[in-house]
Amino acid sequence: MNMDTDNSVLRFENVGKSFFGNRVLKDISFSLDKGHILGLVGENGAGKSTMMKILFSMDDIRDTGGFEGAIYLDDKKLNFSNPMDAINAGIGMVHQEFSLIPGFTATENILLNREFTKKSVVSTVLGKKLSTLDRHKMNLSAKEVIELLGVNLEPDMLVSDMPVGHKQFVEIAREVNREKVRVLIFDEPTAVLTESEAEILLKALRKLADRGVAIIFISHRLHEIVDICDSVLVLRDGELVKNVTKEENYTVQDLAKWMVGRNVENKSSARKKVLENENDIVMEIKNLWVNMAGELVDDVSLSIKRGEFLGIGGLAGQGKLGIPNGIMGLAEAGGAVTFNGRQFALNAPKTALDLKLAFVSEDRRGFGLLLDEPIYWNVTFSAMQVMNKYLKRYVGLRLRDDKEMRQTAQKYIDSLEIRCVSEKQKVRELSGGNQQKICLARAFDLEPEVLFVSEPTRGIDIGAKSLVLQALRRYNEENGVTIVMVSSELEELRSICDRIAIISDGKVAGILNSSEASEKFGLLMAGLSAEKEGA
Amino acid sequence: MTAAIKKIGWPRMIISVFLLALFISCPFAGVNYQFAITDVIGRFGMNLVLILSLVPMIQAGCGLNFGVPLGIVSGAFGAVCSIELNATGLFGIFTAMVIACAFAFVIGFLYGFILNRIKGDEMIISTYCSFAFVGFMCMAWVRLLPFKNAILIYGYGGNGMRPQVPLSENWAQILDKFLHFKIGPIIEVPVGMLLFGALCCFCMWLFFRSKLGTAMTAAGSNPEYARAAGVNVDKMRLVSVVMSTTIAAIGMIVYYQHYTFVQLYMTPMNLMLPTVAAVLIGGAALRKATIPNVIIGTFLYQGITTVGPMVAGSAFADIADALRLVISNGMILYALTRKEHR
Ligand SMILES: Nc1ncnc2c1ncn2[C@@H]1O[C@H](COP(=O)(O)OP(=O)(O)OP(=O)(O)O)[C@@H](O)[C@H]1O
Ligand SMILES: [Mg+2]
Repeated sequence: MNMDTDNSVLRFENVGKSFFGNRVLKDISFSLDKGHILGLVGENGAGKSTMMKILFSMDDIRDTGGFEGAIYLDDKKLNFSNPMDAINAGIGMVHQEFSLIPGFTATENILLNREFTKKSVVSTVLGKKLSTLDRHKMNLSAKEVIELLGVNLEPDMLVSDMPVGHKQFVEIAREVNREKVRVLIFDEPTAVLTESEAEILLKALRKLADRGVAIIFISHRLHEIVDICDSVLVLRDGELVKNVTKEENYTVQDLAKWMVGRNVENKSSARKKVLENENDIVMEIKNLWVNMAGELVDDVSLSIKRGEFLGIGGLAGQGKLGIPNGIMGLAEAGGAVTFNGRQFALNAPKTALDLKLAFVSEDRRGFGLLLDEPIYWNVTFSAMQVMNKYLKRYVGLRLRDDKEMRQTAQKYIDSLEIRCVSEKQKVRELSGGNQQKICLARAFDLEPEVLFVSEPTRGIDIGAKSLVLQALRRYNEENGVTIVMVSSELEELRSICDRIAIISDGKVAGILNSSEASEKFGLLMAGLSAEKEGA
Repeated sequence: MTAAIKKIGWPRMIISVFLLALFISCPFAGVNYQFAITDVIGRFGMNLVLILSLVPMIQAGCGLNFGVPLGIVSGAFGAVCSIELNATGLFGIFTAMVIACAFAFVIGFLYGFILNRIKGDEMIISTYCSFAFVGFMCMAWVRLLPFKNAILIYGYGGNGMRPQVPLSENWAQILDKFLHFKIGPIIEVPVGMLLFGALCCFCMWLFFRSKLGTAMTAAGSNPEYARAAGVNVDKMRLVSVVMSTTIAAIGMIVYYQHYTFVQLYMTPMNLMLPTVAAVLIGGAALRKATIPNVIIGTFLYQGITTVGPMVAGSAFADIADALRLVISNGMILYALTRKEHR
């Protein structure tokens, strides 16, 4: 190859990968220059994470038979035998799923494994040497990198006490804060961030790139890709279908079209159904407080109308996520919540579920999934425990009916277009977006009267996003299920909800109709207006 | 090929090959392989239920039960009580099991209560619990228990119980002899004991297909998920500990009837590592164990530790215990250091 090899750091040549006969990557070739940001887009399960796992030499890849083709770093063929080799060669990776130690502080996590890059930590980026690892210096070092990222983060805070967005920043700080990083991989770093946090991160990425680090950036928020990437790779079903540079002036629509292979309309159809009775309140929340790490709810009072699609928005850390977690008994809570006119006990997940409330948590790996169990377990488990579904009598014993469980799972695999080998596949092996769909399927299978969904489209691709939103909308309209959707993406809320409550500082700052002007929302989010107006 | 080996797992592969080699070398070492086979079958049946007892706690996320001596001591207690009561035959072993279960239930409950307070350190604390309780029971055997039966007590006027209490007057080999048959002049098949083991395995399998068993598995797989689905995780753990302890007690009665002696004092500790090692050899992980894991593990472990010393013993002096220790500790080390997806 005779390109301007001076600048090129990383080159893939005909890289491919299959998992036990299931081909997920085919013949990928590209090269990446120093100081450039390369975007990587594709549908859920297109193979993005797999491609990066190959580069980072993760166990999943080697344990499943390695990969085909070759990767060159500075024209030297890579031959890593584990991620440590990759790190030593100057490759860093921020994983789609966290790999932090919850019982450690931010500082400790950031400086973890520093033994591997012995003499200095902040060196390349900040030009400062750190010969011993005493606590004071560790704190300084952590502080500096946190400042570089431009985020407001407490270095002494335990990771387990952090809101999810801050965890992500800690993870990023850890990767950035290494000696001689050459290539940094970011696998959907913004998925768990709010828009403002994402902006901070994007700025930090640019800063890093300007210092000469080559960056690979994966995201389903295509506008971010358009904003910061110097070139973009589009994957479809494991094939590289497009390799474009900024000069070619592509748009979000172009990317979406290349990803799916057809035109994607962003249709937000008009709402078909109107509420039968505007005054029929299904759930009344009074003076709710919730003690949830990073998402404290102070005093929320809210009436939810039967059959409505209510949005809950607000900035990160203001408490919007605490509300469903408190009501569903997953975080310590107090106050009065009545459902169908009857007050029920908080702090008891079973009680809430028995009342036919259901919740899709924003914490997918924590509350959402049994990673080491098959898909059909994940989909049906809650309904079995709560409603005694999928149990069959065999001579007096009530036993699990695996066949029926599998059929149900298959139904959701079809309707939500979950990409998998079969319903028996372990959920750990699914791509992030498909895992998210499993969480939704599980909640649907509970046949709830009120369904809370937290960040339902986090980490799912643009096509699947509208699929999921449509599914929620359909569920709401056809089954008359009341849906409360918590999201940090205001536009998403406005595209689907009837009313939107904005939470600020642990309280309801105001409730607006989706059709109201966006400035009004902005004011409420900033906590400026105390005007309370129901629809 | 490598994928197939991966599926079976290297340790099991190696141990199977090793076991096969041992059997093949029997004639050369002057060991009658018919004796070897009889011994392996016997020890397999004798240990199966005991090893099966680990499954509930592993599945519920309480880890490898290094507290299995608690169940073992309960079994011993049931056995000596039945002797004290002069209960013999089927009625005798039944009495022993009922008393052992009742005792194990209480002990298991307390033990489970402790384990629920120290989540994450189960394996260390359970080892402590074993030492403490076995030690306490040593005192009980010597003084605290008001047993009078001559079979139990030291003959010549001393006080305290014998370390080896014979069961020959009560219910020795009562399960073994049920439907028992011989192949040729030497090989014996203790059908009753094997059937009892199979029955226990089947019940366990059924349990893990029930709603409760499914919830227990989920609680071990991801406690947060289980909680969000309305499962009381602490209760699941408690139930699993009580189950494990009780089944271990039953398993011990099976063990004693085959062995024809009840062993007291510190002997329960000697079974702790082999039990845990066997289930690991069978392919169990820290949070996942299946019935096939138990059966395969029991067979491989007992196979190696019975035939190995026979073959090697003809060349060297008694290395049985050394070999057992190497294999048990090696397997446990392997399992604990193996990279686990979490
Ligand atoms: N360990 C594994 N075993 C079997 N199949 C796997 C494994 N890891 C990934 N796959 C499969 O490979 C495909 C690509 O997955 P990958 O995680 O790379 O997708 P992705 O592009 O990152 O998607 P997302 O946007 O949802 O994160 C998926 O169909 C997935 O099921
Ligand atoms: Mg991915």
